Amino acid sequence: MRHLLATRDLSYDHALAILDTAQEMASVSDRSIKKLPTLRGQTVVNLFFEDSTRTRTSFEAAAKRLSADVLNFAVKTSSVSKGESLKDTVQTLEAIGGDAIVMRHWASGAAQQLANFGWSSSAVINAGDGTHEHPTQALLDAFTLRNRLYNQQGTGKDLAGIHIVIVGDILHSRVARSNVWLLHTLGAKVTLSGPPTLMPVGVHTWPVEVNYDLDALLAQRPEAVMMLRVQAERMSGDFFPSAAEYTRRWGLTNDRYKKIANTPTLIMHPGPMNRGLEISAAAADSAQNTALEQVANGVSVRMAVLYLLLAGQLGQ
Amino acid sequence: MVHQPVRKVRTVMSAADINRVLTRIAHEILEANRGTENLLLLGIPRRGVPLANRLAEKLAEIDPEFVAAERTGQLDITLYRDDLGRTGTRVPASTIIPPVGIDDAVVVLVDDVLYSGRTIRAALDALADLGRPHTVRLAVLVDRGHRQLPLRADYVGKNLPTASSEHVRVHLAEIDGDEAYYTADQVQIVDVIN
Repeated sequence: MRHLLATRDLSYDHALAILDTAQEMASVSDRSIKKLPTLRGQTVVNLFFEDSTRTRTSFEAAAKRLSADVLNFAVKTSSVSKGESLKDTVQTLEAIGGDAIVMRHWASGAAQQLANFGWSSSAVINAGDGTHEHPTQALLDAFTLRNRLYNQQGTGKDLAGIHIVIVGDILHSRVARSNVWLLHTLGAKVTLSGPPTLMPVGVHTWPVEVNYDLDALLAQRPEAVMMLRVQAERMSGDFFPSAAEYTRRWGLTNDRYKKIANTPTLIMHPGPMNRGLEISAAAADSAQNTALEQVANGVSVRMAVLYLLLAGQLGQ
Repeated sequence: MVHQPVRKVRTVMSAADINRVLTRIAHEILEANRGTENLLLLGIPRRGVPLANRLAEKLAEIDPEFVAAERTGQLDITLYRDDLGRTGTRVPASTIIPPVGIDDAVVVLVDDVLYSGRTIRAALDALADLGRPHTVRLAVLVDRGHRQLPLRADYVGKNLPTASSEHVRVHLAEIDGDEAYYTADQVQIVDVIN
């Protein structure tokens, strides 16, 4: 494994290796000296073509806990705005001494392009590309699930037999795509729900079920329900009649939340949450909601990925 | 046809030998420490861990006040190694520190083979990030020489002069028990002849 571009091509063994390594990385975050010398002398470049505080900070914390140096490259204030190409930008960064490039880009497939066209010798980590994939988010979701389900004794275990419902804007969601492939690889059953206008073409070829009735799905008592953010910024047309209608049918409203309150069903959200739209305040603030744990686990998972890609070649 | 190098295998320690030297080391630890007060045993994965457990059981037999389960742990050094780029990464094993903590304790690191000394260097770094022991000692089953760092063991099961072309293979029931060619605890020297 040289790059982490998508969960679709991530093998079962590599996925488990990342989750198990993250488990050990999490124990570092619990101790007083939260630093390891593992990546001393290596440089991680955060190259973000889209704004993201959460993911960028998480990668930065992960790299620093492993003693790597971090260069944050904000595209808005860079020569990219003068018309510099991705290839020239990346080669410039590599000349400065980057060993890994963590890239978020508005174009689907940008990370693949960077990794496969021979423009750079760095390890490429996809931190979200267009509406394609966001692999570390799916890995931290799987890690959070495993921790909650197995009470932090999850090392070596997958998610076989677990039912997860993903709700909302599947069409624009790279989080949903990455989760579908990873959860499938780990043996879980995935059901998608949301407005039919926000289901991707070809969803029937994915290893999932589609059910538009959220109430019926919640009644099945899935192990987790993952609420996606309604991404207003990606919607160029009208995909549902009104926000109120969306909330009524696919939001985790107070009424819906009451039906799953105090059951083992976990509520997951990749953040940032639109309170009152896809999730009610009561659901957002409940103990069943793992959103903040997901953020904390993000650092451990990204430490694991940086270590496995940069310290040496996994499986070689 | 792929050319397979010929391997000459010599068994240099039997299960009984291993058991005997662990008993001796347990007595040496007690003598040097004047008892079991503040004593912690930390095995280095993989094979240092069962050796630390066996030593702890022997200490508990000699001194009933020593509660093996509360005084034994393991220290993974994977993330502290200086040769990660050369050997490739592996999933780190767990570090388990006994609940009493390592501050002001007499920590005995336990490993199977002492060779270049780099593993122990990494273990000392890992230990320093976890706390401040009063003293750190090193117990190894086999010292095969060829040190690359100024380190030595306090307790040695057997000094085993080897050539650098040879491998030392340690089999322990806890780890290697289900391998087909394996019969009992033993230490072997494997010579690769091309």
